[in-house]
Amino acid sequence: MSIAVSNLTKVYGEQKAIDSISFDVKTGEILGFLGPNGAGKTTTMKIVTCYMPPTAGSVEIDGMNIFEQSLEVRRKIGYLPELNPLYLDMNVLEYLDYAALLHGVSRSHVSSRVREMVDVCGLESVRHKDIGELSKGYRQRVGLAQAMIHEPDVLILDEPTSGLDPNQIVEIRHLIKQLGRAKTVILSTHILSEVTATCDRVLIINEGKIVADGTPEQLQSDFRGVETLTVELHTSGGDPLQTVAPRLRSLPGVTAAELRSHTGPTCRFVLHTEKGSDIRPEVFRLAVSEQWTILELHRKATTLEEVFHKLTTV
Amino acid sequence: MNSTNITTIYKRELRAYFNSPVAYVVIIVFLAIIGWFFSSNLFLSNVSSLYIMFDSFLVKILFMVFAPAITMRLLAEEKKSGTLELLTTKPVSDADIIIGKFLAAWTLLATTLIPTLFYFITVTFLGDLDAGPVFTGYLGLVLLGGVYVALGVLASSMTENQIIAFIVGFLIVLGFFMLDKVVMYAPQGFASTLEFLSTDYHYSSIARGVIDSRNLIYFASIIGFTLFLSVVSLERRKW
Repeated sequence: MSIAVSNLTKVYGEQKAIDSISFDVKTGEILGFLGPNGAGKTTTMKIVTCYMPPTAGSVEIDGMNIFEQSLEVRRKIGYLPELNPLYLDMNVLEYLDYAALLHGVSRSHVSSRVREMVDVCGLESVRHKDIGELSKGYRQRVGLAQAMIHEPDVLILDEPTSGLDPNQIVEIRHLIKQLGRAKTVILSTHILSEVTATCDRVLIINEGKIVADGTPEQLQSDFRGVETLTVELHTSGGDPLQTVAPRLRSLPGVTAAELRSHTGPTCRFVLHTEKGSDIRPEVFRLAVSEQWTILELHRKATTLEEVFHKLTTV
Repeated sequence: MNSTNITTIYKRELRAYFNSPVAYVVIIVFLAIIGWFFSSNLFLSNVSSLYIMFDSFLVKILFMVFAPAITMRLLAEEKKSGTLELLTTKPVSDADIIIGKFLAAWTLLATTLIPTLFYFITVTFLGDLDAGPVFTGYLGLVLLGGVYVALGVLASSMTENQIIAFIVGFLIVLGFFMLDKVVMYAPQGFASTLEFLSTDYHYSSIARGVIDSRNLIYFASIIGFTLFLSVVSLERRKW
């Protein structure tokens, strides 16, 4: 089930919430939607789920327009809205029954689907409780359960792990990854590690525009600027500036070598290298040939956090 | 329209009424007020009639307050809590939502009339009572209640504040009720239109024991049109 979004624009009054966004999601792909608050993530999701129409542009899910064939499209989507609204006066089983019936699950399948979701989402112990009595983590699971109850081909999750404790986050991520194999998933988050952990592809959105699109690894390498390599060596002695620094500088790809500290035979250098090059093997071979001992060697690569920060701040 | 969706929403709303004090408070208060007036009237006038039920303004006024009270949360609350977003992104049409909720509130309002059958039985024992007008009287009240509930649903669909929904709903219902009472102040030629639009005018001809198709069509079309407006009002989010 593929999703094709083209030139989507939404204007609220004077303000453009999203500005001519286009992207595609392929079947089986987990797309992470990343962006600061107010970037337009939720607006995009509300449009894709047929909650509100765009000002301009169109969304097609498997070739069906979301407003011309709205009911068919909605049958294929499972949606967890941002603040996970639920009927607090219903108990978990009642609510899941209700969600299943409204999603068009046939009466004969409702109870087996509900049982399965209770199982998958770990709701066994609270299934007879009113939703209003549940903790935030359990409510989030109920929200996920109702979104998946009709085995949708497309899952749209707006901040699915918000309010969960670290163990639950790991569980939910695992669940999403597992489901994502057969389904198309769009999830939004502002937790960056979540994207690296669950998503096949990342879309960074800022002020209504897509500023980056690619796999987490691609983004990290694309936005990698000068990289630094820290190396601490145990040498035979002497002035490291005379003996060690020139040898390090002569390595291919090294633009600068700064001495940070040295005490006796131990010295610490920070090497600046060209974009995209990894010279750790060369450093290692040099040390072996010079009979230095490497005490520490690490590369500081650009993290997704830095990419995100770079792209979303002006 | 999809009957499974309507039934599912209807059942959920009805359960919400009966799982909370709302339904019981409405039924008990209604019964207590009617009962007090009924018994004092019965013994004072010494006539075996259900005048209080069908001819006085009492039931109409109670309906006028109760109808917006039970409908005010139907859509306003869902808008406020955000559950409307969840509901409208499911494969459910806006009309299914409105109809399901309307039917649930109408059922609750009609349920308040069931205990009053006890008065009917009492009066039948005490004296002669023609069952025909009693039957049409109940039919008239149920239809009148339907109009009030539909107007309440419309008011609830317009706002996310329940108190505003209640006040607006009450004022609209009051307006419909007053239409034939202000006829004498209306300009010439306008009077018959006002009278025709008034709920009370059509109610009283049914309550008199005449089931005229014109009255039934009136109630059906007012309910239908009001629900249509509610659907439009719900779709305003898309404008």
